[in-house]
Amino acid sequence: MGKKIMIVDPEKCTGCRNCELVCSVKHNGVSNPSLARIHIVKWDNANPYIPMRCQHCEDAPCMAVCPREAIYRNEELDSVNINHDLCIGCKLCVAACPFGAMRWNARRGRVFKCDLCHGDPQCVRFCDTKAVDYVETSKLGSDRMREAAVNYAELTRRYV
Amino acid sequence: MALNRKIAYIDLDTETITLEPIPMEWRRKFIGGRGMDAYLLYNHTRGGCDPLGPDNVVVISAGLLGGTLASSGSRTHIAAKSPLTNLLGSASMGGFFAPEMRWAGIDHFVIRGRANRPVYIYARDGKIEIRDADHLWGGGVHDTRAIICKDLGDEETQIMCIGPAGENLVRYASVMTGRKDAGARTGMGAVLGSKNLKAVACRGTMEIQISNPEEALEYNKEAIDQVISSKASQNMQRWGTNFMFGITNTTGLVRTRNFQYNQLPNSEELEAENLDNYSIGMDACFGCQVHCRHRYLIKEGEFAGTYAVGPDYTSQGAFGAEVGCRSINTALVGNHLVNDYGIDTLEIGSMIAWAMELYEKGIITEKDTDGLRLEWGNDAAVIEMIKQVAFRKGLGDILAEGPLRAASRLGPDSMKYLMQIKGMSNTNTDERAAPALALNIAVSSRGPDQLRGIPAIDLYNLPMEVLDRIYRQPDGYDGPLTNSFSAYEGKARMVMWQEMCYMAVESLGICKYHTVFLSPNHLAFDEFSRLVQLNTGLEFSAMDLWECANRSYTIERLFNLREGLTRADDWLPDRYFDEPTRLGLPGVRGKRIDRDRFKAMLDEYYQLHEWDESGTPTTQLLERLGISDLWPSAQT
Repeated sequence: MGKKIMIVDPEKCTGCRNCELVCSVKHNGVSNPSLARIHIVKWDNANPYIPMRCQHCEDAPCMAVCPREAIYRNEELDSVNINHDLCIGCKLCVAACPFGAMRWNARRGRVFKCDLCHGDPQCVRFCDTKAVDYVETSKLGSDRMREAAVNYAELTRRYV
Repeated sequence: MALNRKIAYIDLDTETITLEPIPMEWRRKFIGGRGMDAYLLYNHTRGGCDPLGPDNVVVISAGLLGGTLASSGSRTHIAAKSPLTNLLGSASMGGFFAPEMRWAGIDHFVIRGRANRPVYIYARDGKIEIRDADHLWGGGVHDTRAIICKDLGDEETQIMCIGPAGENLVRYASVMTGRKDAGARTGMGAVLGSKNLKAVACRGTMEIQISNPEEALEYNKEAIDQVISSKASQNMQRWGTNFMFGITNTTGLVRTRNFQYNQLPNSEELEAENLDNYSIGMDACFGCQVHCRHRYLIKEGEFAGTYAVGPDYTSQGAFGAEVGCRSINTALVGNHLVNDYGIDTLEIGSMIAWAMELYEKGIITEKDTDGLRLEWGNDAAVIEMIKQVAFRKGLGDILAEGPLRAASRLGPDSMKYLMQIKGMSNTNTDERAAPALALNIAVSSRGPDQLRGIPAIDLYNLPMEVLDRIYRQPDGYDGPLTNSFSAYEGKARMVMWQEMCYMAVESLGICKYHTVFLSPNHLAFDEFSRLVQLNTGLEFSAMDLWECANRSYTIERLFNLREGLTRADDWLPDRYFDEPTRLGLPGVRGKRIDRDRFKAMLDEYYQLHEWDESGTPTTQLLERLGISDLWPSAQT
């Protein structure tokens, strides 16, 4: 099986925030969105709701600024992870992340971020519309390509 | 823990705030949410209090499963004595307010008194303050929510507030927790308005401990899959509650032109499919995979370009069939306005439809309407009347008083056209062909609508095995049940069962669309029991939950009896008995309710509830439920 990445499709997001709930229960055993590793940014206007979480960057700023090499790439999952044994809690990574995805748990005194639930992301599992999805890179875009192709085919049939 | 949330007692006269823990005994007896609200309201008000005076108490709550891994633990409940009915006021709404209340550490607000200036309450992580709302007074719901978030510097703040209608004491003003999340029945917005309380804002980062997180996650997935596997849910996911309109209107179950017809012909424009031309996506309440509402943009007229959420099934009726309008734009605009002004969509649609029938019959004329032609299907007049009611202008000032008070102003001839029970207008449905549904609206503890005890699945003529599986549990009922929606026999149990089910659901703080409402295959008492256990660690058997629901429902009954309710109030308007339906499919055409058979149904319903012939709970029932101290005459 090829590697998978997490993608979002804001058009499918209904803003229910179930992903935040299951994330905090999975990782902390509690319901508390302030501890969730995913967050839905919502507005009271016609803009789509946007699921925000760690992008697992290829050239990750959090990894670059870490003075202790406590942030590393998990080659198997192609994810950016934290080694809490090395982490000194300096929070440079919190400041460096362009997406606000590196969070700080004040009570435990440590940073936290998405770890892809070790390959079975619960946000994806519980999202019925699949506004957040975890897909094999080889299939990336294929659904949208097919959807676009259907429209193209219909137009072609109608006008050609 | 989920159980360490507090009750916040707030006195707006003295601006004192007291936080108290919730005794475990209360949890065991009333669960939380609406059930506990009934108990708190009963204890903190006295019979005969002025609903718009400082002595009335408003209780706002989250349910026991609010914010937990129970699918859609999103519901907020609000209760007070109703300024519309002078009886129990009670409404529940979706959105994100209830979970935020719990993350802020609060399960119930109990608010009395009247502030000497406009204020709002702000709860954050266990701390509560009362803040000035001078700058918010007069504002619409949507602006109010935005300004509070800006003031507090936190976009994540969840807000319950009133609009101009609540400030102007429209007797059916709503409270809103989102762009369409309305606690609208029974005029709770007017109670907040009378207290100078513009809003309650919550923001929290306090965790709710899940008792058994791993199993709760797995079971939640199972429960969600059960709910969204039903055809009813799949239709809601795609079309919202609007999918029902095509079905009920074709059948002949939609109240039309006040109550003259039971179907609006040629109304395809109002059907759900047409919403696709306006919808920009679906919208959900907290944690819900049914996401039953549209986000949409208005395209035409004065409000073109306005963003709104909804409209639900009731708005297709209120601004469609009831007033004889066939324009989807009117439903879209009407829905937006009632949500921004903070008015009950059902009640205002019904009041306008009533006024239109009075206009048709010549009981009111253009003199009364300031020249407005209140003719069936006059879209502009419907929109104008919404504005007039919210701001109490012209005829709107009279209609803002609700059915009985408005009729006393417009003269005795107007009374017979009112479609009201207990002083509140009925919903946009026509129940003449379905006795079980008619019984529900006659007896409901807050007045008539579909959300307190409707056995909607009775309309499906389901196989008896399905009805036996649902309606004989959890107490082993062995009396009559029938599966023809035209029957009178065996229906009282279905209504009573739904009342218990909805009470349990609203005490847990989850959504009715996840229980036996539109589908026979959704969650019920056994599943609730497991959800409570996995999320909170509390052991409530299915039968325990039933008894809790019964206890709380009985307290709602006692509240109404204390306010002077009698058996005569559990009855339908005469038109249900005297005017047969004119349209619809053969099974519903030419139908009306039979008085004698309906009386027998009511007797059966009282017996099942263990109430005497006058509708008063028996001493034995009160003793068994452990609440005889609440009803002096029961103490011997």
